[in-house]
Amino acid sequence: MELTAPRAAPGAGPGAAAAVDEALAEFAAEVGPSGPVCVRGGGTRWCQGGPGDPEARVVAAPAGVIDFEPAEMTVRVRAGTTVADLHQTLAAAGQRTALPVRPSGTVGGALAVGESSPARLGLGPVRDALLQARYVDAEGRVVTAGAPTVKNVSGFDLCKLLVGSLGTIGLIGEALLRTRPIPQTERWVRAAGADPKSVLGQSRTAASILWDGSAVWVLASGYEVDVEADLGELAGLGDFEPADPPELPPHRWSCSPASAASFGPERLGGDGRFVAEIGVGVVHADRPQPPRQMSPGAARLNDQIKARFDPTGRLNPGRRP
Amino acid sequence: MTGLLSRAAGRVAGRRRSRPDPLVADLVAALGPDRVQADAAARYLASRDASIFSEGTAGPVCFPASTEQVQACMRIAARHHRAVVPRGAGTGLSGGAAPLGSPVVLSMTGMNSVLEVDLDNRVAWVQPGLVNLELSRRVAAHGLHFAPDPSSQQACTIGGNVANNSGGPHCLAYGVTSAHVAAVEVVLSDGEVVVLGGLEAEPGGYDLRGAFIGSEGLCGIATAVAVRLTPNPPAVKTMLAAYPDAASAAATVGAVIADGMVPAAIELMDARAVAVIEEFARAGYPRDAGAVLLIEVDGMDGGAAIQADRVVAIASANGAASVRVAADEAERARLWKGRKNAFGAVANLEPDYYLHDTVVPRSKLAEVIEAVGEIADRHGVSVINVFHAGDGNLHPILAYDSRIEGMTERVAAAGEEIIEVSLAAGGALSGEHGIGVEKRDHMDKMFSPADLDHQNRLRQAFDPHCRMNPGKVLPSPHSCADIASLKAADGALWG
Ligand SMILES: Cc1cc2nc3c(=O)[nH]c(=O)nc-3n(C[C@H](O)[C@H](O)[C@H](O)COP(=O)(O)OP(=O)(O)OC[C@H]3O[C@@H](n4cnc5c(N)ncnc54)[C@H](O)[C@@H]3O)c2cc1C
Repeated sequence: MELTAPRAAPGAGPGAAAAVDEALAEFAAEVGPSGPVCVRGGGTRWCQGGPGDPEARVVAAPAGVIDFEPAEMTVRVRAGTTVADLHQTLAAAGQRTALPVRPSGTVGGALAVGESSPARLGLGPVRDALLQARYVDAEGRVVTAGAPTVKNVSGFDLCKLLVGSLGTIGLIGEALLRTRPIPQTERWVRAAGADPKSVLGQSRTAASILWDGSAVWVLASGYEVDVEADLGELAGLGDFEPADPPELPPHRWSCSPASAASFGPERLGGDGRFVAEIGVGVVHADRPQPPRQMSPGAARLNDQIKARFDPTGRLNPGRRP
Repeated sequence: MTGLLSRAAGRVAGRRRSRPDPLVADLVAALGPDRVQADAAARYLASRDASIFSEGTAGPVCFPASTEQVQACMRIAARHHRAVVPRGAGTGLSGGAAPLGSPVVLSMTGMNSVLEVDLDNRVAWVQPGLVNLELSRRVAAHGLHFAPDPSSQQACTIGGNVANNSGGPHCLAYGVTSAHVAAVEVVLSDGEVVVLGGLEAEPGGYDLRGAFIGSEGLCGIATAVAVRLTPNPPAVKTMLAAYPDAASAAATVGAVIADGMVPAAIELMDARAVAVIEEFARAGYPRDAGAVLLIEVDGMDGGAAIQADRVVAIASANGAASVRVAADEAERARLWKGRKNAFGAVANLEPDYYLHDTVVPRSKLAEVIEAVGEIADRHGVSVINVFHAGDGNLHPILAYDSRIEGMTERVAAAGEEIIEVSLAAGGALSGEHGIGVEKRDHMDKMFSPADLDHQNRLRQAFDPHCRMNPGKVLPSPHSCADIASLKAADGALWG
């Protein structure tokens, strides 16, 4: 059977024609088609991916929540909005996103950096929160990645490429994010001397399990009955008491979950402090992770991606995810 | 374009028949005679998938047994200027595995081992030909499973799931394939092997793993996959709510989500679906229902009970005539048996069916289902709705008899209108079956030329010469280097 249809005028469809709002159009004009540019969010993670080029023109994405649909569990937001402001809007309907909240950190910044919240175990990674993005490309055009729905496999998944790209593929102006219900109860507890792997194997409500080499913290999250029952079971593994979460050391290491659960101060020169995210693999430490080697094949693909999307290297020059 | 390609292929094949094909000889030398089939029967079997697209033409079909053999096939195909199409179980519904222009087909079903179960990292390294359900069976003893559960899970492969970023009923709460794959070993079109992603929390560089998943065989061939394993929930409650009509069932979906719950699954079946399913599978669905919802919640005992109570209340408030909560595992299995056998049941109804796949916002479900019914009526086609309602993923099944003059054209016309109403409702072309050839020429209804240009850049970063599964996903003006001009440059290139 012949499935090919008479071709519609390019971009004539309802999805393709979906309006680019004025704020986004202005952002695209500001980025323009030439000259090095970097986008500034809240500036909270400028340490990531190398220093930017000081010559680059600084642009800022527009701000504001455009559309929040609690019954769809989606929110459309401009990338310059702070995650804190966004979450305040969502909280009114008992929802939030998987994006980490950092003082003055923006939605665009959180997506570009791609680092997940310490509650990734429960919330999922940032990359799974982005459903659709509108970004300004190296030619100054507005490009749409993804779909306006919670599920989509229409074409290549450009959203995944954008998350964690440090603004080197395109500058995100607007995002449609998946939201999640805020659970009935969330409670941090701590036990000295508990075994983190056993806690991971046991707990059914943990949205985060942190371990500093001696104590284990658990963020028990869910229905009150479940949290109570879970904490009852966890009592067999340690003396869990209500506590504040630990302060996280400034540097982020990326490990496998197994190696995070067997992390030790010897990896930090003997006396370093660390807090490991159990079941996830991120380790927060007081010194930076030694540079990781990328395989030659993966490095080549990374270079090809950058070359195809930003041939002149004008987007966030100097930075490399 | 497709027609042109197959005519060119026919000429080339005809010319070759008179002497031994050097391409086949090279493949046999690399893989051994048992792993290369070039006879007409084998090529016919590899020419189609489960979609209605029937114009595929396969070249030699290879059954590699290792990553090295996949590399060898890629290099040989490159040397002979031939395209390569990876193939899993062929259950795809968008023509993704249907070869265009007689390429070398790599059937991955022989690479079906579980390579390693790594409990400390809760992942398993598996080969791409492993059948989806077999994976969950193999890790069941550890209280774990692979969350994506396409309705085809008894047959479809992990490689196909990765290539199509497949979903399934339980992806509502757990997420689709992309959320459950940590890393993929890929053979690129030049034969190089590269591991995308990794077991570490934040692998460096761009998320090439995420970019590869859903790339429908256009970015390379997955030869090993690190899948994440999900602990089985301690408590599961499965409910069947019966409604007088589909609109009230659809309204329940939005109301449940708005109530702050994300059930494990919400599946909707309309009156016709209930009738054919009951006839075929005897799942115990009320035969007089205008629609049913199959809803599952899970978690710990207390929370699952709270959610089940809320679901029952919301369903009743939205007009459910009855809500049954499965009393035991046997009843639960029976309720799911109905849903999982729906497509088999439809096959009893008419000789042919076209299983469509679009997504709409949950709030538009009722309106779009009604429009779909109206479209089908107008074209004189019967439509049956069985779909993942929780995430707005419609699957209208158009059942028909292709022997009736003009019927195939009517089905195609109805299919196109379903796309139009879904997109007009703020939806998407495909929720899980992919674009393949089926929806390739509709891509520009959803994406602008700049959007498609960027999708093509991603594809070309992986495969600059477009030798992987050419002619799929991207409409030709946005497809790289345009296949037609390559063909003109070398008559044998796509033949
Ligand atoms: C009755 C029925 C029910 C279905 N239900 C669902 C459902 O609930 N959810 C859903 O998402 N889908 C569903 N499908 C569609 C289909 O089963 C899925 O898309 C499945 O993942 C395809 O797997 P496969 O092994 O059959 O792949 P194939 O059909 O053989 O191939 C699919 C695509 O993957 C590519 N591919 C295959 N293997 C590889 C590899 N190793 N590396 C790179 N690319 C590769 C092919 O080139 C092709 O583009 C259903 C299909 C049927 C027939």
